[in-house]
Amino acid sequence: MRFFSRSLVARIASIGAVFRRIIGAPDYEGYLTHLAARHPEITPLSREAFARDALVRRYDRPGSRCC
Amino acid sequence: MLTLARPSRNFARMSTSAISTRPPSRVASVLVWTLVAIAGAGALGFLALSRGEQVSAAWLLVAALCTYAIGYRFHSAFISARIFALDDARLTPAERLNDGRDFVPTNRWVVFGHHFAAIAGPGPLVGPTLAAQFGYLPGVLWIVVGVVLGGAVQDMVILCASIRRDGKSLGQMAKEEIGPVAGFTALVAVLGIMIVLIAVLALVVVNALKSSPWGTVTIGLTIPIAMLMGVYMRWLRPGRVLEATGIGIVLLVVALYAGRWVAEQPALAATFTLSGKTLALLVMAYGFAASVIPVWLLLAPRDYLSAFVKIGVVVALAIGILVALPPLQMPALTQFTDGTGPIFAGALFPFAFITIACGSISGFHALIASGTTPKLLERERDARFIGYGAMLMESFVAVMALIAACALTPGVYFAINAPAAALGPTVQTAAEAVAKWGFVVTPAELEQLAKQVGETSLLSRTGGAPSLAVGMAHLFSHSLGGSAAMALWYHFALMFEALFILTTLDAGTRVGRFMVQDLGRHLWEPFGRTGWMPAVFLSSAVIVAMWGHFLWQGVIDPLGGVNTLWPLFGISNQLLAAVALCVGTTIIVKMGKARHAWATLLPLAWLTLVTMSACLAKIFSAQPRLGFIAHAHMLQAARAAGTLPAGVKSAGDLARMVANDYLDAGVTAFFALSFVVVLADSAREWFAVISGAKAPRSTEVPFERRAAVAGD
Repeated sequence: MRFFSRSLVARIASIGAVFRRIIGAPDYEGYLTHLAARHPEITPLSREAFARDALVRRYDRPGSRCC
Repeated sequence: MLTLARPSRNFARMSTSAISTRPPSRVASVLVWTLVAIAGAGALGFLALSRGEQVSAAWLLVAALCTYAIGYRFHSAFISARIFALDDARLTPAERLNDGRDFVPTNRWVVFGHHFAAIAGPGPLVGPTLAAQFGYLPGVLWIVVGVVLGGAVQDMVILCASIRRDGKSLGQMAKEEIGPVAGFTALVAVLGIMIVLIAVLALVVVNALKSSPWGTVTIGLTIPIAMLMGVYMRWLRPGRVLEATGIGIVLLVVALYAGRWVAEQPALAATFTLSGKTLALLVMAYGFAASVIPVWLLLAPRDYLSAFVKIGVVVALAIGILVALPPLQMPALTQFTDGTGPIFAGALFPFAFITIACGSISGFHALIASGTTPKLLERERDARFIGYGAMLMESFVAVMALIAACALTPGVYFAINAPAAALGPTVQTAAEAVAKWGFVVTPAELEQLAKQVGETSLLSRTGGAPSLAVGMAHLFSHSLGGSAAMALWYHFALMFEALFILTTLDAGTRVGRFMVQDLGRHLWEPFGRTGWMPAVFLSSAVIVAMWGHFLWQGVIDPLGGVNTLWPLFGISNQLLAAVALCVGTTIIVKMGKARHAWATLLPLAWLTLVTMSACLAKIFSAQPRLGFIAHAHMLQAARAAGTLPAGVKSAGDLARMVANDYLDAGVTAFFALSFVVVLADSAREWFAVISGAKAPRSTEVPFERRAAVAGD
């Protein structure tokens, strides 16, 4: 598997990324990767602006939390 | 059985993802599934037939896991292959609309974790605990059968429908598939359900913290902890969510010990020993604050913390139960199946099926399954694992909560969960009341237990949270730490539950505020501006006042309030599920798959029967303890006679209780009518399509094939 061929730091980072996405934290690195791959012409938002924007959209509709 | 005939198709997906790359032979497969079926049926049969002797929790676990396995293997495969024909070659919204923010193709295990953390909350913990008043058998049967044929089907069907429509929400789908009337009704009903949900959860927290300085301080401290995390993520180390969450978890443990320290200082303990009314006002103030202050400061950090803790608690509970495998002390059926139970009124049918909503079938999940989750799926066929699978997991949480409740001796269980009006003020009166119900507990036992968990009294701590915490403390201290650690485990469990609840409460209040603003926009345009402070304050106050009213009513109710509010919540949640199943059925019929629509019609028919019976009983029953109107009449008769019924303190309280009874009856009628409107509107569409008056036309986004990628 790809996972075990990487360095320890990279492995810990990838576990961290999994946890971040499970708890629904904004994934800034993923966003940068996405823009670089698909829309290289767009200047990405800063980390702060991205996090701010992600939070606003997370809490403005029903269906983000349940009983 | 349907899918056994074509193993190659079903194992195609497994062979790409599972470790085994060779499909097992057909004979081996038939053999294995026959054995699973026999084991599950055997365990269920044993549970159903055993009388008088103690049954090990292992039987319950085997029955549940085997039923889940069969349901997942066959029923979810049927929905995947026959109804939606899920196809991994079809691009998902996450891929087509990938924007790196909302629409992000995500690994199926990550989506599973995310979806599970979003659907699981206090609901599957509280409902089964309360329903244990009927004994363990009705609860376990409804949880495992209901989820396999109902709850998991609902979640999966709505998820599939939403994936095929670019992640549209349930409300949008109701509007577009059924009609504008159904769409609007569903929207208003969701708001109503949200209000009842928040009120009942807030009441559970208030009852758990009443006169408990340790609990109050520990839970209170979680608020500054979340704010500290928010500040850390905003200014100190922007975006470092995991670091902040790690710090938050350590601080939660500190808060646990801080609570104990406060409880041991007489002067401080007195300050934090709060009445139900004070706590209710504090919870309302908290909900209001969470709705108006920026999300990064309170909501988001609390959510992260809660998601971690949620997964941790589920794992810990599973380990605790597996290690201890406690015998079930509760009988299979109690005499309260006739409707005379002290915890909530109403007979086994329909109220067992109302009390346990989350864990069997929960309408709220339809909002999640048509919210964030469909925007994350990498492959269409993951909808089976995530939609059906995550719901099975939640159901398993409900089974564990039931085990924790039934592992307590019935005497202790009823002493904690029955209202004060039934138990009286002291351990002596409580022991007498419990003895009258046919169970045994001594006053000394009750005192000893309260002391062990670090509380002054455990009597009438209604709402399910304290009794679950006692059950969990029993399990954990059995495997770790012995009885000395009991008090810590108890408050640990209580803190977890309160954390989930407050997370639902604050996020729900905020979402409710947006819904109020959205509805109010039509009356007065500036009210809808989400950034305009007067509108924000006004709409937040409106939503808090609405759930606050129900909360207050519950707090002053001499029967404890959970009694009234939990069935109301169950009814509303099940009705939302029925609405979701109406939407699902309409979508299936319009796909030209009407012959397979039984998959959603079966649970829909059952829920219609259950919820309509429950609504009628709650409104019109002649028994004052069950029917709202009969209860109001009883109170009015007492007033006319110039007396006050037991537990009612003043004539003013009595007048308020009468008004609340009529309000509750009105709310119940509103939910029932909303559902009838949606059902009638849906049925009209079904018959139009089936009779040929209307062409079956699916509104799915057209098929778009994924370009072949290496590794697929």
